[in-house]
Amino acid sequence: MIAAVILVCSLASLALFLVSYCRSLIAAAAGEKLPLEVQEVTGITSAASPEDFTRVVQLLQLCPDRPEERGQLRAIGTYYQILGFVCSTIARIAPSLQSWADRERSQCSYFAAVVLGRRIAFSRDLLAQQMLP
Amino acid sequence: MPGPLEFFIWCACFVLEVSVVVCAIRGKVFRRYLPLNLYMAASAIGDVLRFRILFHYGFTSKEYIYFYYYSDALLTIALYLALISLFVHVFRELGAEKYVLFGACFLLAGTALFSYLVIQQSTTKLVTHFVVELSQNLYFVGLVLTYVLWGAILKLRETRAQLVQLVLSLGIYFSLFAANYAIRNLYPPVSPVAIALLQVLGCFLPGAWAYAFLRLSSHARLTPSNLAVIPR
Repeated sequence: MIAAVILVCSLASLALFLVSYCRSLIAAAAGEKLPLEVQEVTGITSAASPEDFTRVVQLLQLCPDRPEERGQLRAIGTYYQILGFVCSTIARIAPSLQSWADRERSQCSYFAAVVLGRRIAFSRDLLAQQMLP
Repeated sequence: MPGPLEFFIWCACFVLEVSVVVCAIRGKVFRRYLPLNLYMAASAIGDVLRFRILFHYGFTSKEYIYFYYYSDALLTIALYLALISLFVHVFRELGAEKYVLFGACFLLAGTALFSYLVIQQSTTKLVTHFVVELSQNLYFVGLVLTYVLWGAILKLRETRAQLVQLVLSLGIYFSLFAANYAIRNLYPPVSPVAIALLQVLGCFLPGAWAYAFLRLSSHARLTPSNLAVIPR
């Protein structure tokens, strides 16, 4: 009985902390300007659309990744999927929820584009180091 | 012996733990978050010692199992103290550090007493049972305290982005571990899978803390009320 109560409380708090944590990651990245090459490759200039996320993640997979960013991207990916689930289920009944979820998903796409910019810069540094005699 | 995947996760976790300390030193916040950094350094040292004992005595040896559980209990207490240091950060402006420290010691002693009362019927390996029980209970106490701390951050309008991310990632970590222990108690047949999953979950906290120290400036600010699930 106690284990069941602990399980329910843990899962509820996990959901709460995960959403808040993902939003804190997105908020921290929202202030960063996208580099020019990322704007050209992704077509995102100032605001991203909710559907951009999958495309940007595919581009991310082409770049060498960094362990400290892998977990964050996974957390945002999970958050994006939860929002997608909300859009296709509960949001059909409540239209205000639909616009909120779309706004959040757009910010997820922007976060992924910011990470793409960092990875491109990282790859460039790596290449420059290898070219040095 | 653990397989290549387990070794890879183990090594990745070790690298992330070391990178937390390195990023904190680079970001000049090592002393500000000293208990958190000491916890990560202790975890990394614990990993190295576990490796040594594993290679010397083997995975199923008594030495390895005892070292694993005893070091885990000590690290859980260290993490609990790291959490209390975050409380001190948030409550410093109110001048309530003394009360926070007193409350933390009282709660730790209470958890230890409760754990002892739960296992006192065990006739054999009393200390080992106590150590395992204390670890499990401290994860749940840690989760409740992190929830209280998050509430205090929202109420006191704490805006330090680094501190907010450290607290939220700690909340996720405690939730994952408390849920894992609860599932193991509810459905014992899934224990091997849950134990294997613990290793992967263990990488989350060092990864999140390394990211917070690496990417966020110590002066960065955000509005925590915008992060709450229910907007305030």
